[in-house]
Amino acid sequence: MAEPEASSAAANGGGRLRNAFGGVLSAFTLLLIGVLAFSIRLFSVIKYESVIHEFDPYFNFRVTQFLSKNGIYEFWNWFDDRTWYPLGRVIGGTVYPGLTLTAGTIWWLLNSLNIPLSVETVCVFTAPIFSANASWATYLLTKEAKGTGAGLMAAAILAMVPSYISRSVAGSYDNEAVAIFALIFTFYLYVKTLNTGSLFYATLNALSYFYMVCSWGGYTFIINLIPMHVLLCIVTGRYSSRLYIAYAPLVILGTLLAALVPVVGFNAVMTSEHFASFLVFIILHVVALVYYIKGLLTPRLFKVAMTLVISVGLAVCFAVVAVLVALVASSPTKGWSGRSLSLLDPTYASKYIPIIASVSEHQPPTWPSYFMDINVLAFLIPAGIISCFLPLSDASSFMVLYLVTAVYFSGVMVRLMLVLAPAACILSGIALSEVFGVLTRSLKFQLSKLFDDSSSAVPASGDSSTERATNSTKSENGNEKSETAPKEKPSKKNRKKEKEMAESVPVKPNKKEKRLLVLPFELSIMGILLLIVLGGFYVVHCVWAAAEAYSAPSIVLTSRSRDGLHVFDDFREAYAWLSHNTDVDDKVASWWDYGYQTTAMANRTVIVDNNTWNNTHIATVGTAMSSPEKAAWEIFNSLDVKYVLVVFGGLVGYPSDDINKFLWMVRIGGGVFPHIKEPDYLRDGQYRVDAQATPTMLNCLMYKLCYYRFVETDGKGFDRVRGYEIGKKHFKLTHFEEVFTTHHWMVRIYKLKPQKNRVRGKLKKLKSGAKSSSTLAAGRKNPWQ
Amino acid sequence: MATPRHLVLLLLALAAAFTLAAAADAAAAAEEGPRGRRLLVLLDDLAVRSSHSAFFGSLQARGFDLDFRLADDPKLSLHRYGQYLYDGLVLFAPSTPRFGGSVDQNAVLEFIDAGHDMILAADSSASDLIRGIATECGVDFDEDPEAMVIDHINYAVTDVDGDHTLIASDDLIQSDVILGSKKIEAPVLFRGIGHTANPSNSLVLKVLSASPSAYSANPKTKLASPPSLTGSAISLVSVMQARNNARVLVSGSLDLFSNRFLKSGVQKAGNKKSHERAGNEQFVTETSKWVFHERGHLKAVNVKHHKVGETNEPGMYRINDDLEYSVEIYEWSGTSWKPYVADDVQLQFFMMSPYVLKTMSTDKKGLYSISFKVPDVYGVFQFKVEYQRLGYTGLSFTKQIPVRPYRHNEYERFITSAYPYYTASFSSMGAFFIFSFVYLYHK
Repeated sequence: MAEPEASSAAANGGGRLRNAFGGVLSAFTLLLIGVLAFSIRLFSVIKYESVIHEFDPYFNFRVTQFLSKNGIYEFWNWFDDRTWYPLGRVIGGTVYPGLTLTAGTIWWLLNSLNIPLSVETVCVFTAPIFSANASWATYLLTKEAKGTGAGLMAAAILAMVPSYISRSVAGSYDNEAVAIFALIFTFYLYVKTLNTGSLFYATLNALSYFYMVCSWGGYTFIINLIPMHVLLCIVTGRYSSRLYIAYAPLVILGTLLAALVPVVGFNAVMTSEHFASFLVFIILHVVALVYYIKGLLTPRLFKVAMTLVISVGLAVCFAVVAVLVALVASSPTKGWSGRSLSLLDPTYASKYIPIIASVSEHQPPTWPSYFMDINVLAFLIPAGIISCFLPLSDASSFMVLYLVTAVYFSGVMVRLMLVLAPAACILSGIALSEVFGVLTRSLKFQLSKLFDDSSSAVPASGDSSTERATNSTKSENGNEKSETAPKEKPSKKNRKKEKEMAESVPVKPNKKEKRLLVLPFELSIMGILLLIVLGGFYVVHCVWAAAEAYSAPSIVLTSRSRDGLHVFDDFREAYAWLSHNTDVDDKVASWWDYGYQTTAMANRTVIVDNNTWNNTHIATVGTAMSSPEKAAWEIFNSLDVKYVLVVFGGLVGYPSDDINKFLWMVRIGGGVFPHIKEPDYLRDGQYRVDAQATPTMLNCLMYKLCYYRFVETDGKGFDRVRGYEIGKKHFKLTHFEEVFTTHHWMVRIYKLKPQKNRVRGKLKKLKSGAKSSSTLAAGRKNPWQ
Repeated sequence: MATPRHLVLLLLALAAAFTLAAAADAAAAAEEGPRGRRLLVLLDDLAVRSSHSAFFGSLQARGFDLDFRLADDPKLSLHRYGQYLYDGLVLFAPSTPRFGGSVDQNAVLEFIDAGHDMILAADSSASDLIRGIATECGVDFDEDPEAMVIDHINYAVTDVDGDHTLIASDDLIQSDVILGSKKIEAPVLFRGIGHTANPSNSLVLKVLSASPSAYSANPKTKLASPPSLTGSAISLVSVMQARNNARVLVSGSLDLFSNRFLKSGVQKAGNKKSHERAGNEQFVTETSKWVFHERGHLKAVNVKHHKVGETNEPGMYRINDDLEYSVEIYEWSGTSWKPYVADDVQLQFFMMSPYVLKTMSTDKKGLYSISFKVPDVYGVFQFKVEYQRLGYTGLSFTKQIPVRPYRHNEYERFITSAYPYYTASFSSMGAFFIFSFVYLYHK
């Protein structure tokens, strides 16, 4: 903020006070934007309560508790024996520690200041705090590209963009909450380094990248986007020493730092996600060498040298590429992790990895979800792109590249909409600020012409325009400068030149303005009003999204009906039952969605959880769920399972229950254990549990555990999620017994019956020929009692 | 029927038993057996009490406190206020159609499932109730209600040449635990109905089998069709040890326990050798000892594990730790816990499958121990001992123990083979320093 303002302040002494005033104003605006970003995310606390939301946040919360209790070394070496029984999980080595360490540090800091907040409170409010940080980082980034006005606009838009709110409401204590801040801040430091060519910022950039690597697996986006931009700059002939300084330290320091994070480790140099950065690193050096030699030699000699260098460089490149290709080709997945592959080929996951495809946030988004998540920004982005091109600078080309790649990735996975949101905000901010700049400037011009027709006002119009207008002109100045000036900037001798330039600057754009950017008075008024209305729509939509759509904690559900508000607190009821009524070492089996919650809330050992690292183990549980009772009992018994937990929405109409997830259990189970065949469960290509359901479906464990005694509720067994009566209404369980069903039947807990004490002889009615089958004959008496 | 006088006597006897028991407790508090000594004897007819007094006498002589009741006694009850009143049941009421009081078939089965023992004797008049209880224990009596076991070759010689239903059998199970270490020389006299057990049922054992020439049929009529049960598939006396170690003895003959059979001599047909006494006395005494857990009951105590060289039990092991595991196993001898000596007790270090399976060494004083290295696999393991031997109670105990990987500072710090890399990195650092120095200050 300081530098362009200072230069313009030097340009005209009378504007000094106004500039100072503008600085204070924008500081206040930023503060208010931070407050807005924080407070818009508190709806969940006000409407519900201060709780951790959803699934993954519970794991992060549990890890943070462990960290605050045992310290960082214990956390680093934490081997958790309460998940993935009996395999266990090395938490310290498989978790991105950024979020946990951040919240742990905040907690520790507050406690050492004698502010005794609980770990849970700190965790709940970490996300809102970091979204305020993220909007400030957005301001900095956009300011680097297009000046203060655009920065403030973008920050304000980002503070309330629904896509980001969906991941960072109070209580949504997930990696993305801090990672988006780290992402934007890393980009800011990269652009800052690119604009200034300062090694200081380059080092900060590497540190910020390190924080990003600590926080989220999405750091690969950075380490691919920045090389892409560097390549773009080189190809378009914008190579400069600033580019080298911005990129080379980042690759070296960043890779070294990334390798320090246990979960990344050698992946930072071994997996294909990182190869692009090394390749560009080599190319950059080749290009730098070319430019260096070009400076040394005469043009004629240079041509000779050029061919030599290019041939040598190409040879080296080919050798390196060949080695890389050989290395990559020798690994079965071609060195790419499944999630990354599904990014490159959107159909990859659904074809080969059901466990990735089964996660709803890994599905491609629908068009309405774009409108839901970024709303009017979708229409402003094109305008932002255009204004980025008007004077194309290194920074603005980066914005465009960021946007384009983010749009692609968001089209692959819903979850990556989150990466698109900052880009959309920045470009929309740029667009809005440009448009406001043009409109207000022409308004000012027209007004001054209206009131004061004297010629003296015309040259002053540039200076007397509103804050935004000056800012935008300044940013234009800055951009023009950045094309020519920065090369000379590091040398102190050229300061004078710069000043001269700065003095000459205000004249040129004024001329431009007069020529190009003056619109009729009425049109300007209309335009401003329409833009304000548009902004109003956006704000209304964001507040609605924050208050209604994205603040539900998903462990407590509400539904509004004619007779008032219904609260479904079944999940916590079930977990509390487990923690009070079962033994500490008992194992609870459920589909993996509920693993994190069970370990965090019920403190019981689970078989599989949301960290889906072992496909076979999940397939084992899926197979058990889709097997008949006896086979399922044997699988669970071999895993020492005592209790089985199923989520059932049929009574209250809760759609994301286990019957709707059942197809994934069959698919994942069948992927590993071929005796589970999906067609056995399908009737006309559909999963059905009504009268047309297949016998395999009606006999599988999941059906039985969900619908056991269901017919007693209404006498018909009408499933309100599926919208029909169930197929098999009256049946008994032989190997499981119901121990707990929550108030709304949303969670049902069953206990495995112990192996029977005696083996009975044949029944009197049976002939002696049926002797061998008599041991487990399902007679009138239950043999498992 | 219990008259008031009987009740008074009974109360007196109970009181005496309690004082005796208290005294015994005080004397040997440490040596408490696996089972209590209160037995309920259910009879069809109180005459059985005297006709089988030798068997009851041997029980009482071993310290059991017998409560004789008629099977249809209306005050009959196995438990009161959630506590069982008896530790074992002797069911000598083959013909009773239903029990009195609150007792029925399910009550008897629940009594067994709660870990109590039972001796059940039937005869040719066995009621559906008794047959039902036997079936639930895995033993199927011949369905023909008139049938008895007949053996025209291995019958016992009597004064009158009867229908050969009095069998002298010497086909006994080969198990010192069940039948005692002293061999039963004389054949065992048996008259009653035969039964079979499903061979796939591992809980039921045939203790006394019929000879290959035996068959089960109605002795009073001519055979119209081939008998359903023939040969050595017929079991005369079987025992069942449930998974909770409750033991049940099922005999097809109530007379087997009678004074007459216990005291009489026996001569097997076709065999010149005549025995002074039938094997019945020894047989019923030894089997009843086994049933009421005076023999063959193992207990494992003091399960300990620790790292080699330490004594405290850790909450978690690291991969490749050396550890020691020990357990003490004792057998109840009827009066005291004696060290159990065997060379086949194995320990599994188990996570879904045994990673370590080793036979433990014993010091012959009951202590079994082993030392081994934790495998190079982390996870939640179990120390698992599964010891199932014929006649003994099953020993099955597990102890969960997590095994963690190395901590960050437990790896080797400097690896010899990596010294070229160390040299490379330090030399390039030095070279860079020199280069910078020269470049900056050369002019």
